[in-house]
Amino acid sequence: MAEVIDAASRWAMPLMFFLIPLVAYLRGVKVYEAFIEGAEQGFATAVRMIPFLVAIFAAMGMFRGSGAMDLLMRLVAAPARWLGVPPEVLPLMLVRPLSGSAALGMLSDLLRVYGPDSYLGWLGSTIQGSTDTTFYILSVYYGSVGVRNPRHSVLAGIIGDLAGFAGAVLATRLLFPH
Amino acid sequence: MMNTIWTFLVLVSFLVSAASGHVSAITDAAFTSVKSAVETAFSFIGIMAFWLGLMEVAQRAGLIDLLSRGMRPVVRLLFPSIPAGTPAEGAMLLNMSANLLGLGSAATPFGLKAMEELQKLNPDPATATDAMCTFLAINTSAITLIPATVIALRAANGSSNPTGIVGTTLIATVCSTVAAVTADRLLRGRGGHGRGGSH
Repeated sequence: MAEVIDAASRWAMPLMFFLIPLVAYLRGVKVYEAFIEGAEQGFATAVRMIPFLVAIFAAMGMFRGSGAMDLLMRLVAAPARWLGVPPEVLPLMLVRPLSGSAALGMLSDLLRVYGPDSYLGWLGSTIQGSTDTTFYILSVYYGSVGVRNPRHSVLAGIIGDLAGFAGAVLATRLLFPH
Repeated sequence: MMNTIWTFLVLVSFLVSAASGHVSAITDAAFTSVKSAVETAFSFIGIMAFWLGLMEVAQRAGLIDLLSRGMRPVVRLLFPSIPAGTPAEGAMLLNMSANLLGLGSAATPFGLKAMEELQKLNPDPATATDAMCTFLAINTSAITLIPATVIALRAANGSSNPTGIVGTTLIATVCSTVAAVTADRLLRGRGGHGRGGSH
C-alpha cells in the first residue's frame, strides 16, 4: 500500500508534464503560447503572497523569539500529544479554515524553521492540502446569491476540516520516510 | 478572526518578551523573519509560473471538460434533486473538475455560476437548499489531485522531495471530503425537511 502511494507521489507530476502537452498538441492547442500566457500569472501570484508572508512571518517570528511559543507548547503539549498532534502544527490548523493565504504563510514559516523534509514539514504540507478555506468559501458562495441561512453547512465544513487534519496526521505517520 | 489571531500573536509576544527581560528579542525576530518572507516569495516565482503555464495548456486542451464528463455519474449520485443536463449540473461539474486539477482561480467562477443556477431552483432564496449544502461540503473540503502550491513552496524551501506529500495529501483530502459529505447527509434532516430544489 505504502509503495503504491509512494509511486503515485513520484509519478503524478511527471505524468502531467507528459500528458498535458501531448493531449493539447493533438487537439491543436498552441501549446507554447498558452504556456507563456499562463506563466505570466506566476509572477503576480508570488508577489501577491508577499504581504501575507510578511505579516505571518513577523507575527510567528516574534511569537517564537519572545519565548511565547515555548510557553504555549508546554501548555498544550500534553493534550496535543494525547491526540497525536505535534503542537507545532496547531497554529496552522487554527488558521487553515479561515484564510488560505495566511495558512500558506504559516506553512511557509513551518517549512523554513523545521525544514520541508522533516516530519513537521511533511505534516504541515499535508494539512495545508487536506482541506480548503471553509469559512471563506461559505461566505463568498452564499454571499454571492444572498443566502442568509446556511443551515448545516458550517458544521459539515468544520467536520470535514477536522477529518482532514486527522487524516493528515495518520497519513503522515504512515508514509513519512524515516 | 484573522484579525484576532494576528493581534493576539503580536501582543502576547511583546508581553512575554517584556516579562522575561529581553524585549529586543521580538524586534530581532521580526526583522530576520520578514527578510525571508520576500526570499520565499521570489524563489516561489519560477515554479509557480511553470505550473500556471502548464495549467493554461491543460485548460485550453479541454481537460476540464474531459474530467467533467467522467464525473457526471458522481454528480447524479450526490445531487438527485438537480435534473440532469441543466446549467446547474454543468457549472457544478466544471467547478469540481477545476478543483480536482488544483485550478482554484478557474474553479471559483464556475462555482459562483453554479450557486446562481442552484438559487434559481430554490423555493426560499434566503435559505440554503440541500443541493447547495452538499455542493459546499464538497467545495470546502476540496479534493485536489496535485497540491501544486504546496509543492512549489516545498521546492522553494529547498526540499529534496517536494512532491513526496502528494500521497499523504490525497489520503487526507479524501478523509475530509468523505466526512463533510457524510456529515451533510446526516445533518440534513435537522435544519428543516425537504428544503431541496426538487420542485
